[in-house]
Formats: sequence, C-alpha cells, structure tokens
Amino acid sequence: MPERNVCIIAGGMSKWGVREASIIDMAQEAAKECFDDIPALKRKDIDGLLFASSYCGRRSFQVNIAPVVAERIGIKPTSMCTRVDTLCAGGSSGIILATGLIKSGIADVVMIAGGEKLYTPQRWETYYSELASIDHDWDGAQGMGLPPPYFSMTAQEHMKRYGTTKEQLWAVSVKNRRNGSTNPKGHFQKAVTIEEVMASRVIVPPLSLYDCCPITDGCAAVILTYAEKARELTDRPLVYIRGSAQAALHSMSINWPGEHLADWLHMRTAAKRAYEMGRVGPEDIDVAMTHDCFTISEIVEMEELGFCKKGEGGPFVESGQSDFGGKVPVNTDGGLLSCGHPFGATGIRQAREILQQLQGRAIRQVEGAEIGLTHNLSGLNVEHTILIYGREP
Amino acid sequence: MGFENFGTVSFTAEAKAADFITYLEAGKVMATRCRKCGVSYFPPRMDCPRCLSSDVEWFEIKGDGKLISYTVVNYGPTGFENDAPYILALGEFDGGVQIFACLSRDIEQKDIQIGMGLVVSPVKLPDNRIAYEFKKG
Ligand SMILES: [Zn+2]
Repeated sequence: MPERNVCIIAGGMSKWGVREASIIDMAQEAAKECFDDIPALKRKDIDGLLFASSYCGRRSFQVNIAPVVAERIGIKPTSMCTRVDTLCAGGSSGIILATGLIKSGIADVVMIAGGEKLYTPQRWETYYSELASIDHDWDGAQGMGLPPPYFSMTAQEHMKRYGTTKEQLWAVSVKNRRNGSTNPKGHFQKAVTIEEVMASRVIVPPLSLYDCCPITDGCAAVILTYAEKARELTDRPLVYIRGSAQAALHSMSINWPGEHLADWLHMRTAAKRAYEMGRVGPEDIDVAMTHDCFTISEIVEMEELGFCKKGEGGPFVESGQSDFGGKVPVNTDGGLLSCGHPFGATGIRQAREILQQLQGRAIRQVEGAEIGLTHNLSGLNVEHTILIYGREP
Repeated sequence: MGFENFGTVSFTAEAKAADFITYLEAGKVMATRCRKCGVSYFPPRMDCPRCLSSDVEWFEIKGDGKLISYTVVNYGPTGFENDAPYILALGEFDGGVQIFACLSRDIEQKDIQIGMGLVVSPVKLPDNRIAYEFKKG
C-alpha cells in the first residue's frame, strides 16, 4: 500500500464557557456539529476515536472515557478507541497520532475529540488538580501549580532583557478579544479596550486579569481521513496535514533547556522539525494559531516560530504584524484569551479554525490562506507541539 | 519514614529518595551526584537519567547560591490558600544545580534583588511538616 496523505475534513465545537452540562454532554454537542460539517460521511464509517482530556479522571470522575463518548455520539470504533493526555496539547497529540494511524492503514476515518469540565460544585478540586500538572512530589509540594506565577517570571525576564512593555502585552489581549468577539462558540464575545485591560486587577505582576486565559468548560471535535476518501466526501478544497512535531526536553525545575526563562529552545526544536517535515518556513505561514495562555506566551511564540527575531516579539505584536493585514494573522478565532482553554479541546479548536481558514469559510477570513500552523505549549512550559496544514500535501 | 510529612501538600509517601527527608530533619538539604558520569541532580535522582546508572552519592548543597527569578503567588493552589501571598523563587547553586523553593518570610519583598545571595535550608511547617526554603545568603 503506498503511503497515504492525510486530510482534516470536518470540525465542530460545543459552546465554551461556564456550562451547566457534563463533559459527555459537551462532547456530544461538539461531535454533532462536526458530523453536520461533513454530511456525506456516515457515522458507521468512522472507525477510530481518540479523546483528549487530562482532568476527566478527577473532575468528571470518569476514566476510560473514550468508549463512553463513542456510545453517546453513536459511533462504533473498530480500529482504535482511547484517551490521550498531554494536558494543554492533548488535542494536537490526538491529531498527530491519528495522522500516523491513517497513514499506516491501521485506521481509515478517525474522530479526534476532547475537552474538560472544570466548573463543578467542588471548585477546590480544580485548584488541587493543578498541583498534579507538574512534578508534584517536588515542585507541587512547594506551592507551584496555578500557571500565572510561573508565566510572570517569563514576562519579567522578557521585559528585562528585551525591553518588552506592558502595552505590548496588552496589545495581544486587545487583538485576540477583538478576533473572538464574532466567534459565537468561544467563552467571551466582548472586545476590550486597552484602557479596560490597563485597569483590570493584577493577578501576578506584571500580569493582569486580561493577560490570562480563563478557566473554561468545553469540547471540540475534528475528523481526519486519507485524501482519496476525503475527495469522495466533500467538494471543498482538501486540507492536508503536512508536518508535525512534539518536543519535551526537561521537567519543570530541572534541566531547563534554554539560556533563560524567555528562551524556549524546546519550542524552536519542535518548530524546526515541523517546518522541515512540512517543507515550509516561517515566511510561508499565512495564518497561525499559537498558544496564548498568557499574553507573554504569544509574544515569545512569535520569536520562536521565526515570525520575527528573538527579542522583537513585543514590537511585532504592537505594530499589528500578528493582526489582519500584518505579516501573519495569529489567533483569528480569539485564541485561548477569548475562547478559553478546556485543555484537551484547545488543539482541536485550533485545527477547526485552520480548516475553515484554508477552505475560505472562516468567520474572520484571512484572504487566500493556503498554509496554516497550530501550536500548543503544555504544562508549565515543559512541552511544545506544532502542526502544519496546507492546501497541498 | 518517607515523604508523608514533606511540603505543605505532598502526595508520595514512599520514594527511593527517602533519605532526603532523614537528611532534611538533620538540618541538611541534599542533592545527588552520579558516580559514573558525574552529573548532579536536584531534586535528587536515585537513578541517573543521563547514563541510567544507579550508583549515585548524596552531597550537601552548601554555600551561596544566587537568585535567578521569583514570583508572588497571590492565589494559591488548594492546600496553600492560607499561605498566600507567598514568594516562589528559582536559585542556582554550585555545579549549576537549580532549586525551586519558597523564599523565607523573613525577606521583605522590597529587599529582593535578582542575583542576590541565597542559602537553602530546612524549614519546619505547621502540623509537624517539613520542607526547604531560601534564606538570604
Ligand atoms: Zn550518570
């Protein structure tokens, strides 16, 4: 069998936000929108399901969740049905794994779904589970866990070394909240002004409320298959998975790979491999979805992806180079800052937006977009995951 | 005796590095060094991630480290709510060993300077618990 090219053919999301619904309810909503996105596909033709979730074991008290989801969305997987946990990159891990399964012929049509239910009556559990998202025996025992304090150190380092300003951080928030204001599925539909951002309460200096993504309930789903099958199912332009990489070079407080906390060697390592596999460079990317868990994250990511030089991420975002009309529009659906971040669902949400962008049907369309990129960082910056999509294989 | 009383919130009672706690109760913060390839580890590793040898030795982290970065935790994870605000810091010690720990409450925030000298030492916590923290070097 010749090696198959793999395409993403459909995407869906539940409504994201503070939801009165279980993780399974939201998975069903996301899957339904995804099925409706590709009417020619019969559900019996989906032979694989990968479900990305990190907190479902504790917050929803549901382990081995994939078969439960499969039953609720009316599919009967016969090639693969399993959960994937890479925290904030779980959805992207699922897409990479499904690509390999389809390329090799182990699976033919795979749904990658995922999400989290984080608002429950026992709110303390969410803040307790955060201690488990790092090396809990050592760093967790010291009181590290919730991400803002960690990323405040990154922001301080970037400001000190490169002269990055709070106004530049805020520019990311204003842009992404504006992009998200027309996305009905995201957590927020309200743009914010720089004055509102400036006046918001301080979480950890220099990060204020609007520098941080919210805690969000939600699920998302996409479907992948091989190109010949995709052509049978849709008249839309095909969107191929061209390249991917996932790099993990250290654990949180030991063996940090960079020269300093704002130097993300593990992200550059992943970007280099993904670009090589995709046979593209940073200058070829028409639209990108990068992991804006904090405003500072998006600034560092512009540098490590090669969209600008190291240290110039601040001026890059402030001058509109990551906005519509700039060098590369970033987080066109609002990103984590506006959509929220139900960990396992985020990479899938990004893939859905890139699919719509490359098919020319996004809510805020980048004209003529042909090559797209998604990126996640996971945990307290211990791993980076990148995917490259294109209209050509 | 293992890690059951370590830190404010701990998880693992039994671990191969349990001697760390015995040393800590005797007033010493210890790291490990691989006898085969010479690499030092903190948190201590009883099996070397680099060469996979189990032939490791303990050594005490003595003398001055320096402060690399710090952050203020205003909203603590579950178990740490009553401790907030507290300051978490990253320090570098002899041999390039980096340690992540709370800064002693004796240090006022206005006196904190990146690059300042640090020592790491055991600290007794309420309810008979024990951890390590940074003091001024
Ligand atoms: Zn060794």
